[in-house]
Amino acid sequence: MWKFHRWFERHSLILVVGILVVVSIGGLVQITPLFFIESTIEEVEGVRPYTPLELAGREVYIREGCYVCHSQMVRPLRDEVERYGHYSLAAESMYDHPFQWGSKRTGPDLARVGGRYSDEWHRAHLENPRSVVPESVMPPYAFLARADVNTALMGNHLRANRFLRVPYSDEQVASAAIDARAQAEPLNAHAYDFEQRYPGAAVRDFDGNPQRVTEMDALIAYLQMLGAGIDFDTYQAEAPENTR
Amino acid sequence: MASMSRQRGGLDAWAIGAIIVACSYFALWGAANATDSAFAIQMWTALGAFLLGGALLTGVLGRGPAADPSSRYENGVIKAGVVASMFWGIAGFLVGVIIAAQLAFPNVLYFEEWGWTNFGRLRPLHTSAVIFAFGGNVLIATSFYVVQRTCRARLAGGLWPWFVFWGYQLFIVMAGTGYLLGITQGREYAEPPWYTDLWLTLVWVAYLLVFLGTIWKRQEKHIYVANWFYLAFIVTIAMLHIVNNMAAPVSLSGWFSYSLFSGVQDALTQWWYGHNAVGFFLTAGFLGIMYYFIPKQADRPVYSYRLSIIHFWALIFLYIWAGPHHLHYTALPQWAQTLGATFSIMLWMPSWGGMINGLMTLSGAWDKLRTDPVLRMLVVSVAFYGMSTFEGPVMSIRAVNSLSHYTDWTIGHVHSGALGWVGFVSFGALYCLVPWLWKKKALFSNGLVEWHFWLSTIGIVLYITSMWVAGIMQGLMWRAYNEFGFLEYSFVETVEAMNPYYIIRALGGTLFLLGALIMAYNLWRTATGKEPAHVRTADVPAQAVAAE
Repeated sequence: MWKFHRWFERHSLILVVGILVVVSIGGLVQITPLFFIESTIEEVEGVRPYTPLELAGREVYIREGCYVCHSQMVRPLRDEVERYGHYSLAAESMYDHPFQWGSKRTGPDLARVGGRYSDEWHRAHLENPRSVVPESVMPPYAFLARADVNTALMGNHLRANRFLRVPYSDEQVASAAIDARAQAEPLNAHAYDFEQRYPGAAVRDFDGNPQRVTEMDALIAYLQMLGAGIDFDTYQAEAPENTR
Repeated sequence: MASMSRQRGGLDAWAIGAIIVACSYFALWGAANATDSAFAIQMWTALGAFLLGGALLTGVLGRGPAADPSSRYENGVIKAGVVASMFWGIAGFLVGVIIAAQLAFPNVLYFEEWGWTNFGRLRPLHTSAVIFAFGGNVLIATSFYVVQRTCRARLAGGLWPWFVFWGYQLFIVMAGTGYLLGITQGREYAEPPWYTDLWLTLVWVAYLLVFLGTIWKRQEKHIYVANWFYLAFIVTIAMLHIVNNMAAPVSLSGWFSYSLFSGVQDALTQWWYGHNAVGFFLTAGFLGIMYYFIPKQADRPVYSYRLSIIHFWALIFLYIWAGPHHLHYTALPQWAQTLGATFSIMLWMPSWGGMINGLMTLSGAWDKLRTDPVLRMLVVSVAFYGMSTFEGPVMSIRAVNSLSHYTDWTIGHVHSGALGWVGFVSFGALYCLVPWLWKKKALFSNGLVEWHFWLSTIGIVLYITSMWVAGIMQGLMWRAYNEFGFLEYSFVETVEAMNPYYIIRALGGTLFLLGALIMAYNLWRTATGKEPAHVRTADVPAQAVAAE
């Protein structure tokens, strides 16, 4: 039997093909079914694509590496559900390119942080975390309040997402740059149109600076919607399409 | 013969030149059309690098290739790899110490005006620097050394090995400076943006072809076991890298992109990649080092040929399934979680099979552990490998994982593997390579190796014990209830409790860094020593392939 192995030791291409076959199996068996088994993503109401401003905030979240210290995945364990809220569903991150579930909680989970603190608290906390939480080890992010959101490419952002099957309408794509500003400017002439295009999205001046639409606006808009929209009255954990 | 090799040299230079010209054009186009300043800086950096590369290439062609007549092998690119490994190692350890200190002393080490020094940007810099810059350079350098000796053939491809070396350094510089500018894909250990990923793909294909090309030229019938592991590492990393980094850029002249998959599918793809970055980059590749350098330094054949066959195929087959243990109790379907845990536990067996094969190679040479600190470093690395590959399966059990996940226990586990296994086996290999490559009889000082060994070992022990205590305590505090049935601790109380352990961890990391600095000094003195050249009869392939 051991003689058989000579084939691999004497022919490099057979060895390469052997390696490729052997290392492909695991991924094929584990990953591909997730695209086909329908119960992988639960049926639940209230998950919507991000607004342009929230998407910009999410870009800040990724850029600053928030995911290295904060998870966005509440596990179905008693203490977690009591500390953070309902456990996370796969459906809640179905529009997340990339996912930001995280792997480490140097800081708390953020999957349901939306609506838990005021905008003012977030602003103070992001500018200097230790001003509101003295024991915190989080870095300061005051510079976000001084950087304007780059809205020039907002349409491209939505188009890229639509290419990846996130259901943005033509109208949403066309007005992406306008909408990014309108969400942070309640007196903006387009604020009403924005609310029509994104029902349920919050419109307000998130960073307390009505003159500018900053990255602070964007990040807080994103944080304030995390886990907030989902309607758990419509989620039946025991329903056959949701049991996995 | 001579004219033929010059002809071949011509073709490789033209091809590399064409790549440089084409990429310079893209970089210039990107810099001119950049949609954001960070991308513009990246493109100017790349353009500068390509121009330097072009100048270097022209210079080499003018001078003719600098062949070393005293060796039948190509050693220059390996020497460069040794220097690069040491440089990036120290850089990576230093950033690790800095971010450890940031968590221990947040009031001192965060600067409001310097967002780029925040933990979130430096942490990927640390992980990429130690894994890809330090580890990657060690792997490329040792694989080029080992494949030549075990095939008794000169490195294939003329200038292509140098393209691989410099191309890989460019990848590191682009990725690292990108992190500081805030350029990241937000995927752990796969942070570099789409254009840097494309560049790495090109470099990696060249690497595979150089490695395979050398194997094709071999004068040995059999491909030595170390090369199976190197080959599995190169091929599988290519597959993982390509699949996990598929993305739609927002603009061809901007850095941001959206990953092809989303949510749960994206999560499993990422951890399929992430865990196998451990499995194939940090394990299979370094096992290649183990299978060459331990027999060589101990002057004994590999313990068991059959065990190495089983070790190889079982390890690469099982590892690829283990990803889902990073996603226990998440929204990933439970069948996938169970599969991941099952294979993770099975993985214990080939891991220890490999450990046994490495350790038992010392049969009859155990006394050398007392006298040869380099061999001791290599052997202790295998012991750490055994320890962390036992801890890993334990942590993949759902009940254990519910406690350990999200805590610093995971960080400790990673570092017992990274500092103990990857670090020590790399140090051992570099300590072997420098006298071999620079033709010296011995290292400058074995006493300094002793200092390095003990400082680093104490550093590792401080690091992993503090993280065990911190992680388990954190996990227990999160789930603690008081007598009224309420959660006992607020989250921030658990953060506060971490402080002493974060200080101990930073101290452990500092000792490890100190050891590496001593090593760099020792290697530098070895390489620049004035003693006459010592030509090694040992510059022949290891006869470690067991007889048929």
